[in-house]
Amino acid sequence: MTDQAYNFAYLDEQTKRMIRRAILKGIAVPGYQVPFASREMPMPYGWGTGGVQVTAACLVPEDCLKVIDQGADDTTNAVSIRKFFQRTAGVAVTEATADASVIQTRHRIPELPLREGQILVYQVPIPEPLRFLEPRETETRKMHSLEEYGLMHVKLYEDIARHGQIATSYAYPVKVEGRYVMDPSPIPKFDNPKLSGSAALQLFGAGREQRIYAVPPYTSVVSLDFEDHPFVAGKAPHDCDLCGATDSYLDEVIVDDAGGRMFVCSDTDFCRGRKDAGHIGRLGVQTDGGA
Amino acid sequence: MYVAVKGGERAIDNAHAFLAEDRRGDPQVAELSVAQIREQLRLAVNRVMAEGSLFDPDLAALAIKQARGDLIEAVFLIRAYRTTLPRLGASNPVDTAQMAVVRRVSATFKDLPGGQVLGPTFDYTHRLLDFKLAADGQVPPAPTAPVSAEKVPHVTEFLNRDGLIEAEPQSDAVPPDLTREPMELPTSRALRLQAITRGDEGFILSMAYSTQRGYGRTHAFVGELRIGAVAVEMDIPELGFSVEIGEIELSECETVNQFKGSKTEPPQFTRGYGLVFGQSERKAIAMSLVDRALRWKELGEDNIGAPAQDEEFVLMHADNIQATGFLEHIKLPHYVDFQAELELVRRLRADAATMQEAAK
Repeated sequence: MTDQAYNFAYLDEQTKRMIRRAILKGIAVPGYQVPFASREMPMPYGWGTGGVQVTAACLVPEDCLKVIDQGADDTTNAVSIRKFFQRTAGVAVTEATADASVIQTRHRIPELPLREGQILVYQVPIPEPLRFLEPRETETRKMHSLEEYGLMHVKLYEDIARHGQIATSYAYPVKVEGRYVMDPSPIPKFDNPKLSGSAALQLFGAGREQRIYAVPPYTSVVSLDFEDHPFVAGKAPHDCDLCGATDSYLDEVIVDDAGGRMFVCSDTDFCRGRKDAGHIGRLGVQTDGGA
Repeated sequence: MYVAVKGGERAIDNAHAFLAEDRRGDPQVAELSVAQIREQLRLAVNRVMAEGSLFDPDLAALAIKQARGDLIEAVFLIRAYRTTLPRLGASNPVDTAQMAVVRRVSATFKDLPGGQVLGPTFDYTHRLLDFKLAADGQVPPAPTAPVSAEKVPHVTEFLNRDGLIEAEPQSDAVPPDLTREPMELPTSRALRLQAITRGDEGFILSMAYSTQRGYGRTHAFVGELRIGAVAVEMDIPELGFSVEIGEIELSECETVNQFKGSKTEPPQFTRGYGLVFGQSERKAIAMSLVDRALRWKELGEDNIGAPAQDEEFVLMHADNIQATGFLEHIKLPHYVDFQAELELVRRLRADAATMQEAAK
């Protein structure tokens, strides 16, 4: 049931137009952070206001929306955002990655490869990949315009000199289409390869920082590295204990007070799909399929 | 056996129900009305209106009730409501020289046209708990004076007449709107003032205080502080003249700052300006100090690297809704990132252990 007091998908049409312009500009200049006049939303900054505004500007009544947080559809904030759009836009919702036309995510890219026509909307806390090297926006914008990314390479080099490897495990910086260095949002670097050449449109919204950026379909996205220290997408060296998947990103769950732990897929839809197809992990049980 | 946690939706609904019950408190105690909050917690209402950027005492009082007295949460409710309101137009600039003052003090002149008017101030109260208030809030009516027809001109106008204070350039340019365009740095003074007047009172206070302690000192005198109601007028194109559409209460502070001159400017007094909704004089004074500190560049002063001189630092951190959102979001799930960090630390430790073994 939609709330008639508000416009479709909450935002007024003028605001949506402003956001769509920023999105189009972002698509035209992949990886470039487009400033936009972010609105106060009825959820706090930090809860995904950028992603919510981008999703609101993209939604049409025929859309089918999926919302995930940490890869899962049932985490509280994913539930809350999904409910928000059910209430304000009345769109269909799903937990199945394949069925969704718009997917809003926090911190993960679904395991199932996305297809053409899908939009993946990321919630972004700090859009500026250079922010923790240079706190000033006035400086970092200049660095991007001059393609001056030496500082980032020095940082990665210093990691290798001190730790023998690049000590960044999430929000791992990437270069988009050979031009802009971009923050892929705090996804684990395990997900970085999925950014590149994706059939789906990827949009990034940072509400508090008032930035939108985009990776259009089939765009090259390269994780920064060195020839002698190539990028490695890491994950826990385990299989999913519920579905037995060997190639999915895992959550670590503490199961007792004696240090016992198990590993389960962070992508709950992917895990359920495998279990329904009859795959069973170390601690899993047979499901009756389609449950 | 582990079962993936479900039931986020029910947990949220139950938490909201619990919150509503907690908000009400002991049902044996009479419920607060919005009117009581509006009338008796007026300074809290003023703060919520100022930082919420919306002059509506009833809505601000409702927000305070709903937020259980958490003023930042109340500001957030007002902001989220305000952003959905349509823009019908813009008023004419309010004329604070025509303000119906309830309070007006100058720290620079003992007496002046319009006089010193203390008004309802805590300034000379002794901060002793008044236990009578715990039992009975009845107060005798305060003495009144006849309404004065005397004009109350701005103090800085006297100084301006003698050329002792910098002239304020007049402009009819449409000021930028912080809530409709992304902030771009460097900004203009108009935009800075907009950001500071809705900025967090505590943050602006501390920034101003830091200038007084030497981090970008500006030698400020309160030339004038005035509080009162001003008329809001709007041009109605169909009528061809402006119509008064209401009145708002404002606190205005103008500081007069000692200035020995710089490479570009002659010795003269300079100005800092503060304007805030409602009776919010601490905020108005603090705002005028921060405004003055941020003007170092246009006045040709040295940047000594003080935080209050740093436009980007002040403006990017003054908004408590942005700040509290980002601060509090770290309580949301971060399992995925933490897992990535766990693996990294385990790997680094394994490498370090191997190296230590090899060194033995």
